[in-house]
Amino acid sequence: MSAAPDEPRLLAAGEAALVVEFGSTVDPAISDRVLALDDALGADPPEGLRERVPTYRSLMLHYDPLVLDRAALVERVRALAAGTTERAAATTLWTLPCCYAAPHGEDISQVAERTGLSPDAVVATHAGATYRVYMYGFAPGFAYLGGLPKALAVPRRASPRPPHPANAVVIGGGLAAVATVPMPTGWYVIGATPSRLYAPERDPSFFVGAGDLIRFEPVDAAAFDALSAREAAGEPVARRWESRT
Amino acid sequence: MTALVIAAAGPGITLQDGGRHGYLRYGITAAGPMDPLMHATANRAAGNPLDATAIEISTGGVTLSAEGGAIGLALIAPGFRVSLDGAALPDRVALTLEPGRTLVVRAGEAGSWGYLAVSGRIAVAPVLGSTATHTRSGLGGLDGRGLSAGDRLPVDEARSGDGAPHRLVTPWLDRDPRVIRVVLGPQDDYFAADQIAAFLAGPWTISPRGDRMACFLDGTPLMHAKGHDIVSDGVVMGAIQVPGNGLPIVLMADRQSTGGYPKIATVIGPDLGRLAQVRGGAQIGFRQVAVEEAVAARRAERDVLRQPVTREPVVRTDFASDFLLGLNLVGGVADGRA
Repeated sequence: MSAAPDEPRLLAAGEAALVVEFGSTVDPAISDRVLALDDALGADPPEGLRERVPTYRSLMLHYDPLVLDRAALVERVRALAAGTTERAAATTLWTLPCCYAAPHGEDISQVAERTGLSPDAVVATHAGATYRVYMYGFAPGFAYLGGLPKALAVPRRASPRPPHPANAVVIGGGLAAVATVPMPTGWYVIGATPSRLYAPERDPSFFVGAGDLIRFEPVDAAAFDALSAREAAGEPVARRWESRT
Repeated sequence: MTALVIAAAGPGITLQDGGRHGYLRYGITAAGPMDPLMHATANRAAGNPLDATAIEISTGGVTLSAEGGAIGLALIAPGFRVSLDGAALPDRVALTLEPGRTLVVRAGEAGSWGYLAVSGRIAVAPVLGSTATHTRSGLGGLDGRGLSAGDRLPVDEARSGDGAPHRLVTPWLDRDPRVIRVVLGPQDDYFAADQIAAFLAGPWTISPRGDRMACFLDGTPLMHAKGHDIVSDGVVMGAIQVPGNGLPIVLMADRQSTGGYPKIATVIGPDLGRLAQVRGGAQIGFRQVAVEEAVAARRAERDVLRQPVTREPVVRTDFASDFLLGLNLVGGVADGRA
């Protein structure tokens, strides 16, 4: 019934990194294969493999070529990719509180204007969806989320808006994201979460992994402040759910 | 307690160790030295682990002194102007910085980056396992920023050097910028064969607007065969991406962890510093090599760094007489200054 999975393309990124490419588009099935290989290599890493960087469509493997020979790495990757197409681990779902109200949802009226939705409908649509963490990139802890409803698919801004506060919940270019570090952005800021996905001084500094699912739970500004205080005191406010797929 | 005190610092002077590794999958850039080979050499000469924390010196220049005790230093800054209390020193030098004396490193006729390693340990707290400074995200080093006047860097287990300054002999750092070796890919299939040939043929001129994040190349724009947008994937230091305007950008130490432009080729690890050292306005050239050659170059580099760095006495003919006074050969004069 099911054909053998397509062989990934193996691309050189210099002499110390290998790109294992499963496709060229943003697609949950491609992401599954990326993350399945990531899991498999993480469970039993060959000596000399330094870092694994999953992205939408490929897995970048950084390695020490004086310890790990490229031919040996290629052979290992091919064998694992042929035999592993689904993630072995359970799927983790996180519920993150999100305040869409002022002063946090700074750009909701602009999104309402561009989508033709009411501000309330923007919130309901965003909070009604389940998102998948495809990858981190761009900035520390910047999580790219797939699963944004098409009704909210606004293009990114032609030029960046002024910096947003930490832990902004943003949308743009058909994707959603949590932007942990304040910076100017081409995305639209529609809320903020009191949960700190990235906290360099905390152990672990990150708790949401690529492949995890996220839902946003609307809270008002008073609740946001209270939850932020709890988070600052070291009590995580994100809630974790686990299910076998 | 022994410390290095920064009396003046231009922009872009940062603390760098071997880099913040292990967090690329969370969007954390490794940072680390722009010229990894020179950084490691300075640490080797100072008797430190190769990836120890050192001061990366930009063309902005730095002035510093020791406090609380003498500190042995290894300074490697080819092309920079180096002086101790106004007396010229070689640009690759091991010395002992006594309290009350002032070491000045200024941009010279060549070189973009130099490294000052201390014999001992610059005691700043690691963040995510590393002291490497990434100013864009405010991580590492001293409060995530560049060094500035008044900063004090505590030095643990400081060892003073062995007396008079010695020249450090490091011929492997005399590198030709016209031969920067690249491995093609990962997205060389986004370019037709004639464009890959044009990329390798050059010539390319280093744009002055480069920084720790990227090195911009000026020349005849390259054409893409299948557009210039790709779905973002991982990038390494040395990745040469070609955005819509066709002018290549080499991503360097402070690059983002992922990127969305096709990458025609990748500078091999051993040649990253060779590229980083080229000043704006100068020309470079690329040479395609196979992965095996790049790995062999890496092995040769590792072997060089396993050897001790040779020291030579600084010979009189190189320097003015005030330099000799600075060496403390004439005790009374030096005491008078202290």
